[in-house]
Amino acid sequence: MTATDTKFGEYGGQYVPEALMPAIEELTEAYERYVLENEDGFMDEFRDRLRDFGGRPTPLQYAEHLSERYDADVYLKREDLVHGGAHKLNNALGQVLLAKYMGKERIVAETGAGQHGTATAMAAAHLGLPCEIYMGERDINRQRPNVFRMKLNGSDVNPVTTGRGTLKEAISETMRDWATNVEDTHYVIGSVVGPAPFPAMVRDFQAVISEEAREQSLEKTGGLPDTVVACAGGGSNTMGAFAEFVGDTDTDLVAVEAGGSSLDVDEDAGVAPNSASLSTGEEGVLHGARTKLLQDGDGQILESHSVSSGLDYAGVGPELAHLVDEGRVRAANVDDDAALAAFHRLSRLEGIIPALETAHAFAWAEEHPEELGDVSVINVSGRGDKDLESVVEETEKRDVDGAVDVGEVFE
Amino acid sequence: MKEAFAGEPAFVPYLAAGDPNYEASIEYVEALERGGADVIELGLPFSEPIAEGPTIQEAVVRSLEGGMTPERFFEFVEDLDVAVPLVCMTYYNLIYQYGEGEGPEPFVERAAEVGISGFVVPDLPAEEADPLREACDAYGLDLVFIVAPTTAGDRLERIMDQVSGYVYVQARLGVTGAKDDVSDQTGASLERLREWDVPKAVGFGIKTGEHAASVVEAGADGVIVGSALVDIVAEGHENETSVTATAERLETKARELKRGALDAGDRRSGESMPESEPT
Repeated sequence: MTATDTKFGEYGGQYVPEALMPAIEELTEAYERYVLENEDGFMDEFRDRLRDFGGRPTPLQYAEHLSERYDADVYLKREDLVHGGAHKLNNALGQVLLAKYMGKERIVAETGAGQHGTATAMAAAHLGLPCEIYMGERDINRQRPNVFRMKLNGSDVNPVTTGRGTLKEAISETMRDWATNVEDTHYVIGSVVGPAPFPAMVRDFQAVISEEAREQSLEKTGGLPDTVVACAGGGSNTMGAFAEFVGDTDTDLVAVEAGGSSLDVDEDAGVAPNSASLSTGEEGVLHGARTKLLQDGDGQILESHSVSSGLDYAGVGPELAHLVDEGRVRAANVDDDAALAAFHRLSRLEGIIPALETAHAFAWAEEHPEELGDVSVINVSGRGDKDLESVVEETEKRDVDGAVDVGEVFE
Repeated sequence: MKEAFAGEPAFVPYLAAGDPNYEASIEYVEALERGGADVIELGLPFSEPIAEGPTIQEAVVRSLEGGMTPERFFEFVEDLDVAVPLVCMTYYNLIYQYGEGEGPEPFVERAAEVGISGFVVPDLPAEEADPLREACDAYGLDLVFIVAPTTAGDRLERIMDQVSGYVYVQARLGVTGAKDDVSDQTGASLERLREWDVPKAVGFGIKTGEHAASVVEAGADGVIVGSALVDIVAEGHENETSVTATAERLETKARELKRGALDAGDRRSGESMPESEPT
């Protein structure tokens, strides 16, 4: 084994079928050489491509209306302005480039909301590698625009019909593909989850968010923010937004999970009506890592739920689980209704239509304005174009505070 | 469990416990023993079986929908009337979560109590296996590891240090599932393990007596067959065939696979006789 530690406290590790272990060792070695040591100028090329293809750096924007509303300075880290409309490109570009440096000939990926799939498809097209994407059938129906975008970029989209047809099943299916084609294929995991070195590597690719935000904050406010807020599903935008602030112990880090329709769990039905694994999960082993999971007393994984398919996952990154246990990151959650209301509110107040995932972070700020401190940064992890259909459907189902009359809009 | 492989090539069938329901599954497992099983791998279903192909994944779903749980699995083993060693094949989270507190010991203790002889845990590589290895040693159970076609170098040694009972030689890359031909990677895989002091059982893609014969000819001490048997259970379930009829089909299939292994074993020992019995 190499020198890289596979664990974050008791979390992390490498719990995968034996056939994948050599690929994981190979990836670990490549991660150490190219990402950590910048061999062959890998990181320089990554940064160049992030800038020219990806559109970085993204702005740290002062949010006038939210600042007025909360009587505090609120800044928005605009990851929605990255090419493709979400932070996901940071990681996808990094991993596809790494695959190329490793001499791999084929890319596979899974996707929930379609943002990671879209980013991977774009990166694969940009770097000239063929790409296949696994996506739950239910998510394909919820996120049609992204499915079309992946296909436009030349990727194949394979529907996954097992289980409930969401991200969890798509990850399992992609691992099966990887196990079958491991010799020439790289699996671009979409978040800070999976076996080591994925959680650390994806964090490193996403850390550009907090690296920029930290510098921009010093430049614009003369200091560091009191609070950084990010939504958390698997946790990639969360770790990206937090990574460079972890050592700044005066800055509070708040990870906002999807409370869904309830925090209660129906174990007999095998269902958690939320995706709040940091807030309510138990330690266990899933998809290659030991982490916090939504599971029943026997260890069977529960079906999770969120109005946002991008947060709808039964696990969370092991490093985030560790930072929550250590007390460095605070796990919070908001429910579906609050997230929908925040979606409408941010769109109207600031002229930014956020991803439904991102709306969770804004919902938490609305519920806890006193905890933002004098200066806060909220990570706008992605834009909401992909969610318009779901938002119309979900808004019609319930009484959303401050929502526009979507029925009227579509008449 | 090593003894099950002594003398002649062993036949090691797999079924998911509780597929498609508890009572029928008991009949099916017992039919495998009548058909000549030397060791039986019993799947304890996990909701995210990442190492399995579609056939076994569907079996897992049927079993879970029928109410299979770890505790029910242990009852299942107690209710079985079979004499051959039983190996529990499951994923690590179920082992880890069982009982009070955390760690694999309560699961291993309970497994030993009901007469399980060992474990195969497809998502637990040698690197993460120390706690389970220790618990297995404490209760005298075997821990079987899978060696893949991609396994080489230090990894082989790491596995050799941890493995007991038998080593599960994965005949080809990918996930479980019956195939129409047996991979030619098998011979090369077995060659790498020749010096190991543990029986070598080959699995992944074996469907017929001829397949079984070919892996034994390639040097295997045993043949592991899962999906081809699970297919019979699935067909019986879908066509609403009687449990007795499906059990008979399983027994016949088991007999075919065991016969294939034995015939090849006879040919092999015939050929090697002059060397093994010098005058």
